[in-house]
Order: sequence, then structure tokens, then C-alpha cells
Amino acid sequence: MTKNTQRDLFPGALEMMILRTLKREPLHGYALAQHIKRTSDDLLQIEEGSLYPALQRLLKQNLVKAEWGTSSTNRRVRIYKLTPAGAKHLQHEVSSFERMLEGITRVLAPGES
Amino acid sequence: MSWLTQLPSRRRRYRELSEEIQWHIDEKVDELVADGMPRDEATHAARREFGNLGLLEEKSRDVWAWLPIEDFLSDIHYGLRTLRKNPVFTTVALLTIAIGIGANTAVFTVLNSVLLKPLNYPKPEQLVSLHQVAPGAAGLADFENGLLLSPSMYFTYADHNRSFQSVGVWVPGSANVTGRAEPEQVRTVFVSDGVFQAFNVQPAVGRWLSSDDQVPHGPERVMLSYAYWQKRFGGTPAVVGQNITVDSRPREIVGVMPKGFEIVDADFDVVVPLAFERSNLPLAGFGFHGIARLKPGVTIAQANADIRRMLPIWMDSWSNGPGQDGHIYETWKITPTIRPLKDEVIGNVSELLWVVMATIGLVMLIACANVTNLFLVRAEARQQELAIRAALGAGWTRILRTLLVESLMLALLGGIVGIGLAYAGVHFLVATNLSNLPRLNEISLDARTVAFTFALSVMSGLLFGLFPALKCARAGNASALRTEGRTTSASRERHRARNLLVAGQVAVALVLLVSAGLMIRTFGALRNVDPGFSDPQHLQLLRISIPESLVKEPQQVTRIQNDIINQLAAIRGVKSAGFISEMPMEGFESGWDQIFAQDKFYPADTIPPLRLYKYLSPGVLQTVGTRLIAGRDLTWDEVYGVRPVVLLSENLAREMWGSPAAAIGKHVREIPSMPWHEVIGVVQDVRERGVQETAPEIVYWPPMVVGGFTGTRRTVTFVIHSERAGTESFLNEIRQAVWSVNSNLPLAAVRTMQGVYDESLARTSFTLVMLAIAGAMALTLGIIGIYGVMSYTVSQRKREIGIRLALGAQPGDVLQMILRQGMALALAGVAIGVGAAFGLTRLMSNLLFGVTAHDPLTFAGVSVLLVFVALLACYVPGRRAIRVDPVVALRYE
Repeated sequence: MTKNTQRDLFPGALEMMILRTLKREPLHGYALAQHIKRTSDDLLQIEEGSLYPALQRLLKQNLVKAEWGTSSTNRRVRIYKLTPAGAKHLQHEVSSFERMLEGITRVLAPGES
Repeated sequence: MSWLTQLPSRRRRYRELSEEIQWHIDEKVDELVADGMPRDEATHAARREFGNLGLLEEKSRDVWAWLPIEDFLSDIHYGLRTLRKNPVFTTVALLTIAIGIGANTAVFTVLNSVLLKPLNYPKPEQLVSLHQVAPGAAGLADFENGLLLSPSMYFTYADHNRSFQSVGVWVPGSANVTGRAEPEQVRTVFVSDGVFQAFNVQPAVGRWLSSDDQVPHGPERVMLSYAYWQKRFGGTPAVVGQNITVDSRPREIVGVMPKGFEIVDADFDVVVPLAFERSNLPLAGFGFHGIARLKPGVTIAQANADIRRMLPIWMDSWSNGPGQDGHIYETWKITPTIRPLKDEVIGNVSELLWVVMATIGLVMLIACANVTNLFLVRAEARQQELAIRAALGAGWTRILRTLLVESLMLALLGGIVGIGLAYAGVHFLVATNLSNLPRLNEISLDARTVAFTFALSVMSGLLFGLFPALKCARAGNASALRTEGRTTSASRERHRARNLLVAGQVAVALVLLVSAGLMIRTFGALRNVDPGFSDPQHLQLLRISIPESLVKEPQQVTRIQNDIINQLAAIRGVKSAGFISEMPMEGFESGWDQIFAQDKFYPADTIPPLRLYKYLSPGVLQTVGTRLIAGRDLTWDEVYGVRPVVLLSENLAREMWGSPAAAIGKHVREIPSMPWHEVIGVVQDVRERGVQETAPEIVYWPPMVVGGFTGTRRTVTFVIHSERAGTESFLNEIRQAVWSVNSNLPLAAVRTMQGVYDESLARTSFTLVMLAIAGAMALTLGIIGIYGVMSYTVSQRKREIGIRLALGAQPGDVLQMILRQGMALALAGVAIGVGAAFGLTRLMSNLLFGVTAHDPLTFAGVSVLLVFVALLACYVPGRRAIRVDPVVALRYE
């Protein structure tokens, strides 16, 4: 949690990761948070809570939908699921992100200029 | 839209969200505990991992909300709650604003209706009044209307102009209507052809008077006003073609003008065609108002040039008599000064209205300053609350907005109450006609007034809201949380803001009080002028007109007038009675002309100065209370014998022969065809046009004169001196007395001389009352301002005063300290105010009489008054300060 290692995510990055995770399988909020943290190897400093405003935004745009289900501890939880529109959006976002990443990588690559 | 349809489910959605977040944290805690962490430590860790719970939850909710409106609504909600929670503050502030806005709206309504709104005619910008001046005509320069048009001028202009679509002349008058119940005198307007065409307002019923109706000795026709039509004919359209007896002659009604139509500023009952005998008109006879409608695109300057071109044509085309050169009028230097008709209607009232508007505007400033002070004081009390809000994450813009919404809401509420007050005020003003304003029937609250009120509310809301809000928001840092502690006092800066406001208030109050003081002095000076009559409340006036169609013989007219005097004098309680062509300030002027003295030489190419002509009965001077300076009064024998005698005013006698006594026995005449008239008396000067105008030179003729332009006066004012003047029983007896002589004579303009006199002062009284109200409001608000600040300062310094007293300071010293501080504010305000007033009162110098705009007495008096009042306002909190018990003060909090 030292200040200098902290990077702000660019806008939309969190949403992209949520969509990607949900593409694999529907999850509830807590599991979603744990999964993102685990797979990113804690490289990304994300407040767990910031997931919720992002989820609400995705809900509003109809990119994910929520259904009531039961957790492993047998409590009523909301399970988030990718919608077809969400899948399309994810595809589009990922490809444009990859282009951006490639561009940045080229500029940052040493030697050529 | 989706935002609206979601509303019902929003509450559930939010609840579920909280539930979900709570579960997330619980889950996390359980997991950590399972990993072996103590529970309370786990709770902390889970929360830390999650982030700012409240903020994130709010952000999540915000996704579904429409932010600007929601925030605004919550600001309003919050504002209303704080206003409700402080009823005293809210009431005081609201009342101050409401009265301020109400007064401003009322005055603006009048200003807007009278000055700003265009006249109620089609394309009013084309309408002009054919005003002209004659600087070369001695004695005429002080005639208010400049040089009116003569009939021959009208015909010249109508025939030869290149600038007008139509042009006409008109003159107001009166006529007797008989044959319908009681005889009554009605207000008439005589119009030439072209007047209705110029106004271009279609009649409500029937048709306009046309050129066919302007034929001398032709069929006589009239038009009616809407109000008279409703009153006397029940508004029936069948009125067209009916006859009405006007001045004892049956006339056919051809049409009715629509409701509210006035001819320039003349509200009339009947319109009568002028029907000039064109064949033998002289050059002279300057007694008619000219009106014209400009052709599209023609400017006033072009129209003036057009008239200048036509003046020589006029002098060539007409003559005052055989052998007389019309170009003698070149010495008069007649100059056209055409002006928009609106200026003619409004007259000289615009300056007055602007002064009143400015005055009331200043009161609004003071009111705003007071409310600003209230807000400042309250903002300080709310420092802690605001600091907490800031610490909880409210941005400074949000806090600023919350405070501004509050002050704006207060201002708008004030505006709403203010409009109500203004409506009542304007209604009162119109109903009482205290002000004697033109276009009074057009005064109403319209969209522009409402827009003005709204703008004023918003502006004052910003004014008294922004200042404290900015201060608060700026102070909204951590240090604010400490300010209420024992060890600190209010910052110097905040004191300075309030002190500045109070000094400003005192300054503005001084300006207003000086203006009011100058008006009071003016009123006093006017009251002290000897108007040339006395005991006005016991002088009963009434006007009677004996038309030629009723009594042809001039001698007979005078006999009837004499009989009326005798009948009037016989009424119980009457000291004396008489008649005169018009009383001073009545607003009628019988005419003016030159006068030649037998012992003076007059070069042929000059016209002697014009003098006011009046006609009087024997005894009327004594009845009215106008003193004879030299010589004697007229007698009835001289009247019936048509003896050539005349009386002059004192200023005329002095001008011609140096002294009143020297004038006695001299001879004068109007024109060569008239016999020389002997001056038998000289009469004190009379302020004919109101006490603020200089007394004109007057020639008093007997009622019957031979050889002059005017013969017998058929319309005169009867004057009765009696203690019973103005009472209903007296008026009944007067009517019976007049009708016992001739039952066809209506009584008009029945009023007391006091009424006439008061009406002539109406504008001045109105200004005085308005400025006095403004001054009183300013003084009250100023006192409240000083008192408030001093009280607050004392309460803030209670501990300090306690320490001083405990250390042995004398109560007297403490009181002195408080008073010194208050006085410093007051004196600074007075100094600024005197400077400002010195510059500003010059703007109202035209409204003043007998006092200069820089009257030292008024300035000194008002300054002393303000300082004294300020001293009082400081003394009360000062007394409270020295009664501070040191023990209590130091234990405070």
C-alpha cells in the first residue's frame, strides 16, 4: 500500500476486468472481487468496494444482469451474469485496449528513435 | 424519463445494494477469522480493504440518480429546514426583503406604466406633438405649453406639409348637457379634422368625426367617450343617430370611442368638431394643441425643418387685419420644437419618478446590507456545522451552493410577498390619485414588472448570500472546528466586513434623510409663499357656463351672473360672493394678449409683451382675500355702464410705471379699436400657476368689455366665502340658489380653494411622502444595523469585558469603549454620506423650492440626528456590557 506503487486504473479498466471475469462464469460480488485480486496477483491496488459503483454502471447499461441466488454459506446473494450486449462490448473494449497497449509499447520500446 | 419510471423501485434497489455490500464485508470478516485473525481486527481489515463505505455506497446509488436535480432538491429541502428552524431570523430577514422588494416593485410598476410603456395608440412612435416656442415674444416665455397653434397655422401646416400623414389641432374645454335629467357640465375636447386620423384608433361604435362635420353652420355632430356612453346611454349601440343637447343645441351622435381612449392627456366625455370659418381667420389665436402622425421614415428634425419652411407661407397667407404686415411675427422667433407625443403626455413627471425610484433602490441596498449582516452573524454560528460537513466530504462548491440556495430561496419568498405588497400599494396609489400622475389608468403589474421583481430578488439574494457564503466556504477548513473554543474570538476580517456594511448603511441612510429633509424644507417654503388669496378652506368654488345658445344677449349674461351672486350671498352663513374668469391654480386660463399704455411709445415693428387677461366681478377680490395695493375696486354701475376701467397686478404696474400708486389714473387698451381704459386699482400679485411659479403680470377687466377681442365672459368661477364651504347641505343650498335663477345651468368644478391649492402641491407632497417613507425606512434599518452589530460585538467580547472589569476597569470606561467603537462607525458613515449626498442631491434640484440642494441646515440637522440615533443604538448594548458579572463571564461555557 505504499504510495509510489499505486497506479490509478484508466476509466473503463475495472469494468473491462469485471466483464472478462463474468464471461468465464457468473459470480456474486464478493467472489468477483476475490477473483480479480487473486488473478492480478495483487499487482493492481483495487479497493474492493469500488467494484459496486462499477457493477451498478454495468447494470444500468444492460451489459450485465443480476439474479438472486444462494452463496456457499447459504445466504441470499446476487449473482452477476454477462448479457449478450456485455459480451459484444467486452470484445470491442478488449480489441481497442490491445491496440492502445501495442501503441504504448511501441513508443516505450527502447532504441528505435 | 427512465429516471422517472425508476422512482418507485429505487428505494428497493438501494436497500438491496446496502444489503449486498454488508454481506460482502461479513463474508470477508468470516474468511479472515477462519484464517485465524481475531474478530475485531478482522472487521477493521475488511473495512479497510473495502474502502470508504459511505462514499462508495453513495457513488453506487448516484449511478441511478439524476444528479443536478437531486442535489438541488436536497439543497432546497435543507434550506427550508434551516429557515424553519430559525423562525426569528427567517421572519426578520423575510420581512426586510419583502418590504424592500415590495416598495421597489410598486415604484417600478408606476415607472414602467407611466414612462416606459409605449402609448396606447397604433404605431405610437410616429405620433408627435407640434410643440413650438417663441423666445422673441415677451411675456410668453413662461407659458408652460410654449406657443400653441392658431387655426390659420393649422390650415397652413395641413395644406403645405411634406412630413405628416395627418395633422390636426385640439383643445380641451367644457360644455353643458341638458335635457337629460339634471343639467350637467361635461368635459369636452374640440378637435379639427385630422386628429382622429392621426391617432388611428377605430371607434367602438359608429364612425369618426370627419371633414364633413367640420363645416361651419353645418349639421352639428359629436362623438362620445366609452365611459360617458356607458353612464348616460347604458352602452346601447342604438346611440348612433340619437341627439344630445350640448350647450343648448341638439347634436347628432355619430360614434363612440373605445374604452380608455384619451386625446393625449385629456380624459373627455364628448368630442365636438371645431368647424373653423376658414375665410376670415387671423394669424393670431394661438390656443390649440397640434398633433400629427409622421410619415414613415420622417425624423423629428426633418419635420421641424418642414415647419420652419412653412412659417413664412403662414405669414404671407393670412392677416390680423387690413394694413398689418404678417411678418411682424418674425420678431417672435417662432421655432418648431416637435416632440414625441409620449413626452407631451408624461410632462415633467419623469424626473420625479426617477428620483423616487433611485431613493427606493437605496432603501433596498440598506435592506440587503441588513440581511447580509444577519447572514454573516448566523454563518458564524454555523461555522462548526459547515466545518463538519466539509470534513465529511462535502466539496466547497457544494457548501457554497447550499448556502446560496438558502439565501436565494429567502429572496424569492421575499419577492413573492413583495409582489403582494406592491399590488396593494399600487392599487392604493391609483385609487387615491395622491400623486396626480399622468396615464394613471394604465398603471398595472405586467410581465415586465414581474421580471423586474424576479431579477431584483435573485440579485439581492446573490448580494446578501454570496458574501457570507464565500466567507464561510473559505473558512470551511479544520481550523473552523476550533473557533468556538474558549481561547479565540471572531477574526478581525469578519469584523471588518460587518463594520463596512454598517458604515455603508449609515451613509445611505444619510443620503435619503437629506433628500427627505430638503423636500420638507421645500414644502415649508412653498407653504410660506403668499399665494395671493387667503382662508382657502372657507372658499367654495364652482364654475358656471352660460352658452350663447341659451342666453344670447351679453348684457343678460352679466345680469344672470349678478343674480346668481345675490342669491348665493343670501344663503345662511355666507360672508360674501363674487365671480372671476378663473381662480389661481384651477388650471383654466382665459387668455393672454398684449396691452398698450396711452403714455408710452410703441415702435410699429414690435409686439408688446403678452399679459394674462382675467375678468372679474365687483367684490370678488375681497371675497378671495386678494389685497388691493392702490386705488379701488370695480362697481356694478361701472359694469353695467360698460365703463372703460381696468385693474392691474402689482408687478405689471411696477414694470410700466415704477410704482402701484403711479399707475392709478393711467390709460391702457388691447387694440386700437378699443377705448382707452382707466386704471382704477392695483392688486397684489397672485401665483396663478402654483406657488412655485412666479406670479404672472395680469390685467383684470370688467366682465363686459367692448372693442376688444373678447366680449362677455360666459364661463366663470363663482367664489363664496363661508364657514360652511364644502359641506353637503351647503352645496344643496347653492344648487337651489343657482337654479332659482336659471334651471338649465349645471354646476361644474365644485370644490374648495383648499382642494385646488392642495392639488397644485400634489406632486410636491407625493415626492415628500415617498422620500419621507424611504428616509424613515432607511433610518429604522440603519438603527437595527448598528444595534445588531454592537449587540453582537458586546456578546462576543463578554469574556474580555469580564476580564477588564475583574482587573479593575471602571464601568464608565467600558461603556465609553463600546460607545467609541459605535461612534467611529457612525461618524465614518456620516462622513461618507455627506460626501455622497452632496453629489446626489443636485440631481433633485428641480424638485426643490426656496432651498438649495446643498442646504447646510438640512445637512447638519440630518447628520446630528443620525449620530444621536447611532449613539442611542450603541448605548443599549453598552449598558448590557457593563452589567456583565466578571465571575459569570469567565465561567462562560
